[in-house]
Amino acid sequence: MLRSPRLIPILLFALLAAVPLAGLFIRDGYLLSLFTRVMILAIAAISLDLILGFGALVSFGHAAFIGIGAYAMGILASHGQEGLLAGLVMALAASALFALITGAISLRTKGVYFIMITLAFGQMAFYTAASLRAYGGDDGLTVARRSLVFGSRLLENDRVFYYAVLASLIGVYLLCRMIVGSRFGRVLQGAKQNPQRMQAIGFNPYPYQLAAYVIAGMIGGFAGFLLANQTEFVSPAYMSWQRSGELIVMVIMGGIGSLHGAVIGAAAFLLLEEWLSGFTEHWKVIFGPMLVLIVLFMRGGILGFLARISGAKNG
Amino acid sequence: MAEPVLSLKGLRKNFGGLRVTDDVSLEVRPGEIHAVIGPNGAGKTTLIHQISGFLRPDAGQVFLGRRDVTRLAPEKRAQSGLARSFQITSILPAFTALENVALAVQARSGSSFRFFGKASGEAGLNSAAMAKLEEVGLSERAEVPAGVLSHGEKRALECAIALAMEPKVMLLDEPMAGAGHDEGQRLISLMQRLKAKIPMLLVEHDMDAVFRVADRVSVLVYGRIIATGAPDEIRADRAVREAYLGEEQATGDARHA
Amino acid sequence: MNTTLFLIQCLNGLQLGVLLFLVAAGLTLVFGVMDFINLAHGVQYMLGAYLAVTFTALTGNLFLALPLALMAALALGLVLEVVVFRHLYDRDHLEQVLATFGIILFLNQGVKIVWGAAPLSVPVPEALQGSIAIAQGVLYPVYRLAIIGSGLAVALALHLVINHTRVGMLIRAGSTNAPMVSALGVDIRRLFMIVFGFGAMLAGFAGIMIAPILSVEPGMGDQILILAFVVIVIGGIGSIRGAFIAAILVGLVDTLGRSFSVDILRSFGMGPANARAVGPAISSMLIYVLMAAVLFFRPSGLFPAKGR
Repeated sequence: MLRSPRLIPILLFALLAAVPLAGLFIRDGYLLSLFTRVMILAIAAISLDLILGFGALVSFGHAAFIGIGAYAMGILASHGQEGLLAGLVMALAASALFALITGAISLRTKGVYFIMITLAFGQMAFYTAASLRAYGGDDGLTVARRSLVFGSRLLENDRVFYYAVLASLIGVYLLCRMIVGSRFGRVLQGAKQNPQRMQAIGFNPYPYQLAAYVIAGMIGGFAGFLLANQTEFVSPAYMSWQRSGELIVMVIMGGIGSLHGAVIGAAAFLLLEEWLSGFTEHWKVIFGPMLVLIVLFMRGGILGFLARISGAKNG
Repeated sequence: MAEPVLSLKGLRKNFGGLRVTDDVSLEVRPGEIHAVIGPNGAGKTTLIHQISGFLRPDAGQVFLGRRDVTRLAPEKRAQSGLARSFQITSILPAFTALENVALAVQARSGSSFRFFGKASGEAGLNSAAMAKLEEVGLSERAEVPAGVLSHGEKRALECAIALAMEPKVMLLDEPMAGAGHDEGQRLISLMQRLKAKIPMLLVEHDMDAVFRVADRVSVLVYGRIIATGAPDEIRADRAVREAYLGEEQATGDARHA
Repeated sequence: MNTTLFLIQCLNGLQLGVLLFLVAAGLTLVFGVMDFINLAHGVQYMLGAYLAVTFTALTGNLFLALPLALMAALALGLVLEVVVFRHLYDRDHLEQVLATFGIILFLNQGVKIVWGAAPLSVPVPEALQGSIAIAQGVLYPVYRLAIIGSGLAVALALHLVINHTRVGMLIRAGSTNAPMVSALGVDIRRLFMIVFGFGAMLAGFAGIMIAPILSVEPGMGDQILILAFVVIVIGGIGSIRGAFIAAILVGLVDTLGRSFSVDILRSFGMGPANARAVGPAISSMLIYVLMAAVLFFRPSGLFPAKGR
């Protein structure tokens, strides 16, 4: 049953839709905020999976887009532009521009150079944000309130915001699913498997990879826009390289190249973080070695693990 | 005489001090299979890379029809009608056989910057791809991931992909390598069937195959073409026998014995 | 812009460059020879600094602490190699990134447990305290000169080892064509271990040397790691010569950019308030712009060791 490709994502989204209902019984705003965060990072992780899982582009600077989307929202708001549409357009445009420029340069390189260059560009965004003294510098920028929907404060309600984020997540998921199955997606996946073959049949991978990079960057920026709305705070820390690393961890933990694996990975990562940090403030001492073990012994992530279990049962 | 579909004029390539392609000129005419043979290290692969655009020659030109493509990238040459097969089978292993061919069809029909609409649901792509698979006798394996096809099936798939590009000329890099006897026979008859429609430049190690299918043969030794002619002329050519065939036939005989 | 300040900042840039070279050298060799991308290289530098703290406290002197800390850094590096890294050499880069990221999380947190989260410091050894005049009326701290000197000495030694010894020959061959080296019948595992241990020790050395003039704190390795990445990408992966030239270049551009960006912007006619606002942002971007420019023209860096 677990092998049915549609079932897992549907189940996943149904579970996420039910989270606020649990809140009805235990009156726990904390649960709602945790899962809002899970979904926002899941959006970012899906966008990373689009280029990582389907294009083999190991971007180690993906958190930069989250930061850029968040800063676009925060900076506009600090100038009195608090409308949803203005913030959204700005976040998407800024992340698209950054993706276009850095992608155009990074994609000229291959393999490990690409990893390091995206990492370096991510750091560039980080330090640039930290040096913006007018917008809080290192300390970050507090946003007065969430974006206004046609002048109304609709999103201030956490439950409304939760469902808005869920709808965004489902929308992003469907969008990426569609892209992956499209003509464009085929070329992207072909270039991942064998760029030389793609050239020989008449495709130059570069423009397709660049387009995918820009799309992924814009979705990342969208996630950042949502994050700034949730926390009502923007900080350079959103784009630190550890954040980029964590996004990769989410994608791999869930199961690379499946899109919904990224959602599972984001949930697993954040819940694990919550759970482990309940035991000790030094939870990373446990989590770090876990990552090493996952790499050494758990190929295919959680989805791969599930598939193996159900395969063993059926076989 | 009909105009050549592919011509090389004075190609030269040096690696460091080593001259790997030395003033190579040859033509592929409509309806013919032109074979290039040569011992190991004669520079056959380097030559193929220069024709297909993965390497840039130091001097000389490559023409597709009348068009000078010497400075074009590989994908541009492919779009202009040059299809190549690879020596090391290089299909897209995670895609099905059908998807492999459909992608080549897609390259020639409409934009690939389409983000919506399932490519796997496009009847136009699938039926054209299926037709090519049938042509090489692989239609029953259409839904099998290419990576798990047998060696011979991968070779056939390579041909289907090349056919799907509707090329003006095909560049075959040792298609017989690793093929068993039956597979070899099938490939030979496929080539004979296709050559009227798509002329080919065949770079091959297998002498028997070359002398059976080629209309003309060029012999490459140390980056130079030492003779070009009909198979019988080449067999009779003294310089060729000395430089190449003697040695090759000797080992060939030993293998058959 | 005054000449004295310029001279001093050039020396500061040189000092940063030398330090970057020590870290980048190991990184570029490990990648060049083993095709292994080691994010955890920066924590070796951090460990070096912490070991310097501990052994200086024990022995009362950085000179005595140096060999002990170096040995300990080497030992820790080898332990990591045996326990984790050698199982990753034949994995793809993505998996290497992930596992070494896990090591970073572990060690950054680990040093917090062992040494605490507060920044620590190491006293500058007495013999190297104070400043000397390097030009008419220009004073420069002796210890920083010592860092530059020892870094250059290591660079020279490395150059000799790489170009004139058997191990160096194997390393060069390994970063151009690794299969060939194993075909020669060399024990590739041992070569890997030597290269790895050597790299860890160099990074540790950088950490030890910098400890007296920088606060020693968790996460200090992450910043230098990314700068080292920029260095080896500019220099060309696998090339020691490239790493050296790029390290000095990055050190100078970063340091000079930070100290003079405001002045430069003002000389282009920007108002002082604007220049002060924009200057820091631009100067923090400079080395990345440099990297982007180099890669735009040479996608494999200035001195590519092999055609990747």
